[in-house]
Amino acid sequence: MADLFVPLKPVSPGRRIALGILGFVVVVAVWWAVTASGLVKPLFLAGPWATLQAGYALFFEFGFLNDVLVTVGRVLGGFLIASAVAVPLGIVMGAFKPVEALLEPLISFARYLPASAFIPLLILWAGVGETQKLSVIFIGAVFQICLMVAVIVGGVRMELIEAAYTLGAKSRGVVLRVMLPAAAPQIFETLRLVLGWAWTYVIVAELIGASAGIGFMIIDAQRFLDTGQMIFGIFVIGVIGLVSDFLFKQLNQRLFSWAAS
Amino acid sequence: MSSLAIEGVGRVFPPAHRGGAATVALQPTDLAVAHNDFITILGPSGCGKSTLLRIVAGLDTPTSGRVLMDGQPVGGPGPDRGMVFQSYSLFPWMTVRENICFGLREKGMPKAEQAEISGYFLEKVGLRQFADHYPKTLSGGMKQRTALARALANDPKVLLLDEPFGALDNQTRALMQELLLGIWEADRKTVLFVTHDIDEAIFLANRVVVMTARPGRIKCDVAVDLPHPRTYTVKTTPEFAEYKARLTEEIRVETIRADSMAAE
Repeated sequence: MADLFVPLKPVSPGRRIALGILGFVVVVAVWWAVTASGLVKPLFLAGPWATLQAGYALFFEFGFLNDVLVTVGRVLGGFLIASAVAVPLGIVMGAFKPVEALLEPLISFARYLPASAFIPLLILWAGVGETQKLSVIFIGAVFQICLMVAVIVGGVRMELIEAAYTLGAKSRGVVLRVMLPAAAPQIFETLRLVLGWAWTYVIVAELIGASAGIGFMIIDAQRFLDTGQMIFGIFVIGVIGLVSDFLFKQLNQRLFSWAAS
Repeated sequence: MSSLAIEGVGRVFPPAHRGGAATVALQPTDLAVAHNDFITILGPSGCGKSTLLRIVAGLDTPTSGRVLMDGQPVGGPGPDRGMVFQSYSLFPWMTVRENICFGLREKGMPKAEQAEISGYFLEKVGLRQFADHYPKTLSGGMKQRTALARALANDPKVLLLDEPFGALDNQTRALMQELLLGIWEADRKTVLFVTHDIDEAIFLANRVVVMTARPGRIKCDVAVDLPHPRTYTVKTTPEFAEYKARLTEEIRVETIRADSMAAE
């Protein structure tokens, strides 16, 4: 017991997994205790078992899989469009200081405009279709990615850039063949982070004016006071987030095995 | 034939804050470097020796004077002046071989030719078995050997080394000195080598240039007439000891000055 509380002492892999599972077990146990004992009424919080049953019903009676796929599609779509715009722009900003001076104040401002506050406007402009859903995610992600990529690219070690110059590289070579690969692992790490945020935006977008998606299901379940379905929907988002995070990390390690951990 | 001339090169850094004093890092300095010279620049920390080297490389701009390469003023960094840095400046996403090929690739050299040249230098620095390793798996000495091979593969007219072995342990450092000297004895490159290690300065050079404490200027220029090829055994000869005694005296005064200035 005493050796659990030595500062910065590493944990063995087995113990790490056990502790990770323990965290979930404790939460579920508390959840079960407060619902099974009647401390919290099912009207406000369904128990773990009722939630699982609601989830079963969602998938096999209400075609929830379609909602999940719709939401995943929106997240990926909005995120990919935002990345395609923001990563090149961020690289240019990071590499060329005048471009940064031009855009940094503007984007820093735009970054604080909450994506969810744009929803009424976006509905006005783009209706309640996919364009509007993708736009919300795009607005939520694009400025963040842009600024973070610019900082990463601007922070590439000067020695690498100077070495490239003394080896005969010109500006173009330095940006494309030194700054870009040097920054790539951290850029991927940023994208992983922002993908997580994109999930919050998509659900908010789906709570208003949607006819499919996980967010839509949750708001729909609210009308029937079905807390089981609502909680299950939230859990599904968490599980998908966990899986995509894991896949992203794996991809990162695969692509950038050269990077010192 | 190539020649390098440093003419009245000085560097003043502007004040860090308004109303502060400007820092004179390097007083106007002259140095004529002949073809095939191996010059070591010896000086205490912060004497401006690295600044001088960076100006020759074109990575820093002098506030006075100019650097002439074959009579042409240097305007920026270029492949004719190869550089090896103290800190590991290898591209971590490239293998040893790819690192060595970097300059050749930037030149647009055909792949086959790149392979031939990189193979030659891999052999020369003893890293053939490590050609496909990434820098993170290499020891400090191997990393610097790669950096050396990378600079040499580009066939620069002048090789600039900024305390390249400073981060290595003593034994590795001695081996690296012999390796570098061996390459120079075979190829006779023009070399400028910055160091604060007296033994290293004597062992490698045919000229040791001693710099004063900040603001740096050249204090003396000592020709080293030890025979080539040199091996580590030369370090224990009386002649070597004589050079060492003289340079130790020169550098000691400067180090004391530098130290007392740092305390102010």
